[in-house]
Amino acid sequence: MNRFDYVRAGTVAEAVQAFGAGARFIAGGTNLIDLMKYEVEKPGRLIDITRLPLDRIEDQGNGLRIGALATNAKVAYDDRVAERYPLLRNAILAGASAQLRNAASTGGNLLQRTRCYYFYDVATPCNKREPGSGCTAIGGMNRIHAIFGTSEHCIATHPSDMCIALAALEATVQVSGPQGDRSIPFSEFHRLPGDAPEQDTNLAPGEIIVAVDLPESRFPQHYTYLKLRDRLSYAFALVSVAAALEFDGDRVKTARLALGGVAHKPWRNREAEALLEGKPATRQSFQAAADLIVAEAKPQSENGFKIDLARRAIVRGLEQAAAGTPQSLSDKRIQ
Amino acid sequence: MRLENQPPVSADTPIGITLTINGQRRELQVTPWTTLLDLLRERLDLTGTKKGCDHGQCGACTVLVNGTRVNSCLTLAVMKDGAEITTVEGLAALGDRAGSNALHPIQEAFIEHDAFQCGYCTPGQLCSSVGLMNEGHAHTRDEIREAMSGNICRCGAYTNIVDAIEDVMQGGAR
Amino acid sequence: MTQTFSSTGRDTFVGTPRSRIDGPAKVTGLAKYAGEFAAPGLAYGTVVSSSIAKGRIAAIDSSAAEAVPGVLKVITHENRPRTAWRDKNFQDAVAPPGSPFRALYDDLIVYSGQPVALVVAEDFETARYAASLVRISYERQEPVTDLKAVRGDAYDPPMKREGIKPPPAPWGDADQAFGSAPIRVQGGYSMANEHHNPMEPHATTVVVEEDGTYTVYDKIQGVSNSHQYLVNVFGLKPDQVRVLNPYLGGGFGSGLRPQYQAFLAMLAAQELKRSVRVTLTRDQMWSFTYRGEALQTIALGAGPDGRLAALRHDAVQGTSTFEDYQEVIVNWSGVLYRCDNVALTYRVAKLDTATPGDMRAPGAVTGVFAIETAMDELAYATGLDPIELRLRNYAESDATAQGKPFGSKELKSCFTQGAERFGWAKRDPEPRSMRDGRELVGWGVATGIWESMMMQSSAIATLTPDGRLTVGNSTGDIGTGTYTILTQIAADTLGLPMDAVTTKLGDTRLPEAPVAGGSWTAASSGTAVMKACRNVGEQVFKLARAMENSPLANVDVDRAVFADGRISVAGDPGRSVSLVEVLQAARIDKVEAVEQAGPDKDFNQKYEAYTHSAIFAEVKVDEELGQVRVTRVVSAIAAGKVLNPKTARSQILGGVVMGIGSALEEESMLDHRIGRFMNHNLGEYHVPVNADIYDIDVIFVDEEDKANPLGVKGLGEIGIVGAAAAITNAVFHATGKRVRDLPITIDKLL
Repeated sequence: MNRFDYVRAGTVAEAVQAFGAGARFIAGGTNLIDLMKYEVEKPGRLIDITRLPLDRIEDQGNGLRIGALATNAKVAYDDRVAERYPLLRNAILAGASAQLRNAASTGGNLLQRTRCYYFYDVATPCNKREPGSGCTAIGGMNRIHAIFGTSEHCIATHPSDMCIALAALEATVQVSGPQGDRSIPFSEFHRLPGDAPEQDTNLAPGEIIVAVDLPESRFPQHYTYLKLRDRLSYAFALVSVAAALEFDGDRVKTARLALGGVAHKPWRNREAEALLEGKPATRQSFQAAADLIVAEAKPQSENGFKIDLARRAIVRGLEQAAAGTPQSLSDKRIQ
Repeated sequence: MRLENQPPVSADTPIGITLTINGQRRELQVTPWTTLLDLLRERLDLTGTKKGCDHGQCGACTVLVNGTRVNSCLTLAVMKDGAEITTVEGLAALGDRAGSNALHPIQEAFIEHDAFQCGYCTPGQLCSSVGLMNEGHAHTRDEIREAMSGNICRCGAYTNIVDAIEDVMQGGAR
Repeated sequence: MTQTFSSTGRDTFVGTPRSRIDGPAKVTGLAKYAGEFAAPGLAYGTVVSSSIAKGRIAAIDSSAAEAVPGVLKVITHENRPRTAWRDKNFQDAVAPPGSPFRALYDDLIVYSGQPVALVVAEDFETARYAASLVRISYERQEPVTDLKAVRGDAYDPPMKREGIKPPPAPWGDADQAFGSAPIRVQGGYSMANEHHNPMEPHATTVVVEEDGTYTVYDKIQGVSNSHQYLVNVFGLKPDQVRVLNPYLGGGFGSGLRPQYQAFLAMLAAQELKRSVRVTLTRDQMWSFTYRGEALQTIALGAGPDGRLAALRHDAVQGTSTFEDYQEVIVNWSGVLYRCDNVALTYRVAKLDTATPGDMRAPGAVTGVFAIETAMDELAYATGLDPIELRLRNYAESDATAQGKPFGSKELKSCFTQGAERFGWAKRDPEPRSMRDGRELVGWGVATGIWESMMMQSSAIATLTPDGRLTVGNSTGDIGTGTYTILTQIAADTLGLPMDAVTTKLGDTRLPEAPVAGGSWTAASSGTAVMKACRNVGEQVFKLARAMENSPLANVDVDRAVFADGRISVAGDPGRSVSLVEVLQAARIDKVEAVEQAGPDKDFNQKYEAYTHSAIFAEVKVDEELGQVRVTRVVSAIAAGKVLNPKTARSQILGGVVMGIGSALEEESMLDHRIGRFMNHNLGEYHVPVNADIYDIDVIFVDEEDKANPLGVKGLGEIGIVGAAAAITNAVFHATGKRVRDLPITIDKLL
């Protein structure tokens, strides 16, 4: 871990003001300190934002505003979240461990960096860590890597579970920065790697996440977060599916699907969602949507199985959502 | 000392913080890159808290910060200024027979159910168990197993760990 | 608490469930591990690891590291202090043949992650930071780490590793018999590279004492091995070094050999003349030893009745370029089954990796997975129940040892009792025939086997006038419960309560004992402790008889009964004297004895000794999504006498859990382009977590064995052996898919 200055900010403005080249905001620290110990992150300054008054969860019109410093555990166990946004609760509780969720913040969760082995290992080239050095994952150990939206520069995935639910719920990210405040629709928050894989998000330098807004609840019954991984808990997703359905009689009025573990950002396909809408919820229609989504997939040398797994997981996720039988967090039998 | 509105603390200046560790208030000077785990183990000789991975991937370093279980390896000490920390060395005092030198019921239950072998993950398992009970979300065996999955035991004592926690939750091992 | 001194038949504590006596220390955090001992002026060392797998160091620039305030020294191959240079000085007690790795010896890089520098500083954080500033440039060569690519270059190791039986010469003609067998099963099997990953990373604290001697706390499964290593490497006199390790945070074989952090800590302590600690990072736990994958092929030929006509088992395993690591992979097939035509071969191939090492049931885990999976395939090919097939081919003697009988073998009871407990009779053998809701249910069975060994071991027993008994030797309690069982044995032998006994381990000032491994510790150290206690008892008895007006006057030693802290006369309990009275009357401060115990040569000439198990597994598989859950395991163990059913059960539970890891999760992934394990952390190398583990039921079947006076055969390994095959077989039963390459991850079932 490198040497750095430490600033404890008392207000958002102070935090933004303390920002400069090489600085990082720190809240839960569960990913940043991890990366600093590996010398992947070497900030010259840490700006401690944990004392900012940003940990509240409050009603906001018909929606809910989640303060950026609310811990993952606080959000997951909030009664309003449980009642109105159970998809978010389930996604959060499918990730990490109880200890990590007690420390990790909402804002930090959005900024989690990829778990690509090569990104983490400074002995190997990585374009995300050192732009221009090359991507070692291509042609290497890429069983866990992306099948959607990859580039020749980077095939890493976004690791968060919570963000997959936020993508499906069409949350909005509220940020504050040197240029003032702005809102970023969730779908525009994370980026695809393209030719600048070092940028995970569209946050501008010095911008700080202050809140995540959830729109009016529409999926309190027909939802699921289905996560497939290499062990039954405490592992990142190979493929995960956040599915949410709103019904009009026996027909799907609104469908939302977001996939985790398969792309550099939560992966959505509006066409596939549209394909489900206005029709009865049948396995056939779920399969058609799944086929449409995976048609875009591009396998790497070792992760071709993810295409098939994603297709099957989408269908099962939609079945769970339609039936109102969301995946249990503790009973590992898949519904 | 409040650090808010103060100029940045430069890299080679230790920072004064106050921590209450196992009930004892301590004024400490720490460098900002010192984790709570290393502070406990290397500076305060509280080696009960273990370093298994140093990256939040094993749970051996679990302590209670203001009653909540967290990974002390991913916690900078300076950021916890003012907090109450409980480590395995302070668990007995959390039991309801303070001052009697008796073990916390979960400690007794771990011995009774043989919920450890090498003992290295044990302090983390114990603090995590107490944190789990403080949280109050886990009730069934399945829920306990899921909620304890952030604590790896390579000796494989998992079933006994769940037995021990269940026992204490049902009022046993006292 | 009654013990007829001349017999071992009446146990008070031995054989009863007892909580670990080290429990209170471990649950309060007071138990100290190697990297936790403090010393005045302790300096901290951080290891810099090679980023390439093969080549040489072109240049090292440590100036930036040295410039950091608080850095005491950066040691590299260029400036390292002189130590012994001959590689044989680096050969530890369990080293395989070859030239052991010598850290910082020269500029050659022979594996990825090899230590290339040690940064020593006043505090941990400074050492860690400065280590990141050491700049190294390499001349890189192409590494070879793909075993499949060098399979053709595999060779029969010219020097055999001590204690590892090479495959026996073939008997009959396996190939011809296979060719003409009516029913044939043939396949290739592999397991992934695995890393031990004990929860405690390897660490060594070297304390420089005021008199210039060294007290070394080393993470090792037996301190005598570290002691010998340090003495030889650094050219010290034996009494200049004391090595201790009272607690070990998990070994599983990773702590059998002294590792480079011990060498580096000692090197720095000598150079700086101050106490130094070196602790490896979790990632560096991928930089010394591992369970090397093996490529295996098996060919089984049988008649329609299932009787084996041909058995061929071939294995190729990787080793390093500098040592010929060897383990027993294929022999088990010849031990387990009766067959007239058998060929077993084992070869190794050189890879640019660290030397593989023993990991819990080394070789057996690997080989038994293959043969027990193949036997399940044969069961389906013949239409026989898998247990029935095994019973039809049941070996009553060891064909790999010229047909010597087994000292004991209650494997049939394991099958009977295990099947009963598991409910095996309710199994529909048809694959895909059993369901629970959406999930397919599969039941599989396999045999486990491990060698039962005893090693030369010594122990001390000391009785003091306060009535306390202290026993011990230099072996380690690696979580197995050795402190507890030795206390039970000692208490029973002298008729004392357990809390009157103190057991000390892991200190080279205690009589020498081997590393704790191979499941031999209970037999070896247990017998030595029992003998030392008996010797003490005989001495005390003599003193008692010599007392004025002794109640034991004219009594023979074989009529002495040690119970409740007293010696009394068998059949005449009114005549007795307490041990405390005897020592006080004799006015001596202690009665002490050191005894040796070793294998029974007569027994070993007549018999072969193995532990056995039958392991049953239930899996539930989501067919569409490939998720496997091991919902139920029954492990029935035949391992002689069980000294402490509570800690013994835990041994088996732990073996089963690690077996579930092997079967479903564990895989160190080598990027062969750069010769580096890439998932070198506990987030991406998956070991089982609590949610992965459901019900595990352990049965100990009665088995009487006479290889040692305690009747124990060892438990540390047997729990894991066969677990992977039972799960593989259950997955086949559930899904109809035969997976022969472990681990069975989701992608293999889609």
